[in-house]
Amino acid sequence: MGLDIRLPIGLMFTILGLLLFGFGILGDKAIYQQALGINVNLWWGAVMLAFGLAMLWFGRRGTRKVKTDPDRE
Amino acid sequence: MLVYFMFVLGVGFALQRYMKTSKDFFLSGRSLPAWITGLAFISANLGAQEVIGMGASGAKYGIATSHFYWIGAIPAMVFVGVFMMPFYYGSRARSVPEYLKLRFDEKTRGFNAISFATMTVFSSGISLYAMGLLMGVLLGWNFTFAIMVAAVIVLIYIFLGGLTSAIYNEVLQFFLIVFGFAPLVLLGLKDAGGWSGLVTRLNGVATAQGYQAGAWSSSWQFMSAPSHNPMGVEWFGLLMGLGFVLSFGYWCTDFLVVQRAMAADSMSAARRTPLIAAIPKMVFPVLVILPGMIAIALTYQAGSSGFVLPKKLDGTFNYDLAIPMMLGHYFPTGILGVGLTALMASFMSGMAGNVTAFNTVWTYDIYQSYLRPGASDQHYLWMGRMATIFGIAISVAAAYVATRFNNIMDMLQLVFAFVNAPLFATFLLGMFWKRATGHGAFVGLLSGTAAAALHHGLTLPHGAMAGIKGGWFGAMHIYPSEMAQNFWTAIFAWTTCFVVTAVVSLLTKPRAESELAGLVYSLTARPKEDHLPWYKRPAVLGAIVLAVALVLNIVFW
Repeated sequence: MGLDIRLPIGLMFTILGLLLFGFGILGDKAIYQQALGINVNLWWGAVMLAFGLAMLWFGRRGTRKVKTDPDRE
Repeated sequence: MLVYFMFVLGVGFALQRYMKTSKDFFLSGRSLPAWITGLAFISANLGAQEVIGMGASGAKYGIATSHFYWIGAIPAMVFVGVFMMPFYYGSRARSVPEYLKLRFDEKTRGFNAISFATMTVFSSGISLYAMGLLMGVLLGWNFTFAIMVAAVIVLIYIFLGGLTSAIYNEVLQFFLIVFGFAPLVLLGLKDAGGWSGLVTRLNGVATAQGYQAGAWSSSWQFMSAPSHNPMGVEWFGLLMGLGFVLSFGYWCTDFLVVQRAMAADSMSAARRTPLIAAIPKMVFPVLVILPGMIAIALTYQAGSSGFVLPKKLDGTFNYDLAIPMMLGHYFPTGILGVGLTALMASFMSGMAGNVTAFNTVWTYDIYQSYLRPGASDQHYLWMGRMATIFGIAISVAAAYVATRFNNIMDMLQLVFAFVNAPLFATFLLGMFWKRATGHGAFVGLLSGTAAAALHHGLTLPHGAMAGIKGGWFGAMHIYPSEMAQNFWTAIFAWTTCFVVTAVVSLLTKPRAESELAGLVYSLTARPKEDHLPWYKRPAVLGAIVLAVALVLNIVFW
């Protein structure tokens, strides 16, 4: 198949992660009372961002390998 | 949520240009790597019933719910990968009913194809209905609006990209579900005082409901008798009914999941699909059952944040709302969006799984076989797209029917359960006993279904009235719980089908062995995998998965 699924997954999580992370920094801190006082947006945004970037990196590496290696379809 | 919808549709559009033949559309051109099909394999099953139902059972029955995973799904997934996949992938079959035709005969296939196709559209309808209700409770969405959003999105991405698109989106949904629910578990667990705090609270739950302390936090200890555990089952019914008949029946014969493995790019990838899927599947109880357990624990003994399960009008707990309510309780704006999107994604992946299985079985096994054989491949590709549209249209209609007549849906699910229960006996005999014949399989399936209906009609769960719960012929036996009744219905159906198939097969003419090559175990060459590194060999992977499942059972004994 011509589309490496890791790229859209990586892109989606990168965007979502950035949004959450940004909201965690800039947004109103009072809302975190219901989350036991933890800034979940900030932390989980960072986790999702890291996952998204890792996926993008693997996806790009994988796509490049296919292109340079004619044996692999 | 909008970002997610955009990506889901984007994948569909990006894949559109690769859909040239019906094989691309229905089988992804058999070109996907094992890790993708593996994740899609569990994601397709991770529909509404899974997330909401397992959360509810976690609250209702505690950790014993994990039997559905560690005794049920895992061994069955290993079995389908190691032993059954060679026949599905290796034979010329493009679907499970088609395998039945190659192995047995036309009538067995027809029976299976028609019951399966009806079942998939109705379960996707039920899934839509549940989603519509839930989105109404959580977001105040209008029922029609919620249903239409989900239906149209699923329709577009399957219509454009076929099975590949469904599979790619299932992988996307898989990660979204993991990332959406994991923080919920972390926060909930923190609120309950960690694992040890949770166990102490659950002991309180158990004693308050009249069981021994520990009935909610140990999975096997109280299985000696039905009255000792909240599920009301004993170890034999559990092991045979759930562990053997029901799980193997679902994971080994349901085209919805098998179809994902058939899209893999090679025989060994197809066999690895369920094995790779088994690894995250083992950890899933943490994501779907644990929140339910946390919810009930906090309800009986409040944590610092004061979470309680809502009650229904009749005063009993509304267990189905365990996970949705926890999302709303712990997640502030921002991550709440991710959590709700994950919930929505789980509904859509379950629905998409049903729709892709439906369009394939409809087109190959019903349309091409009975209605219009011999047309061009382009015509069948077109038919597949049309089947996607009317499959979803029927689902939507079914969702509306469910709002009016809830009992009709219960009734239908019951009938499907009767049809499904004996199926695994047919496959087991078909794949491992070359003497089994088409007449035997057909009569066996019919009598197995009849046995299920009869058993259900003659028994009742404790405290229920005769009617939809069973007992319409009079109650000869009272089971301690509905779950026990289900397990035993399955056991009876399976045994009847097994015995009748064997007896009728011996009385009818066997097929020539030359016709059965590639379809029966003793007449099929073992796939060679000496050249593969150890971590890619299905048998080795299967053994590892089983060992880990065993350890999990012992740890949470």
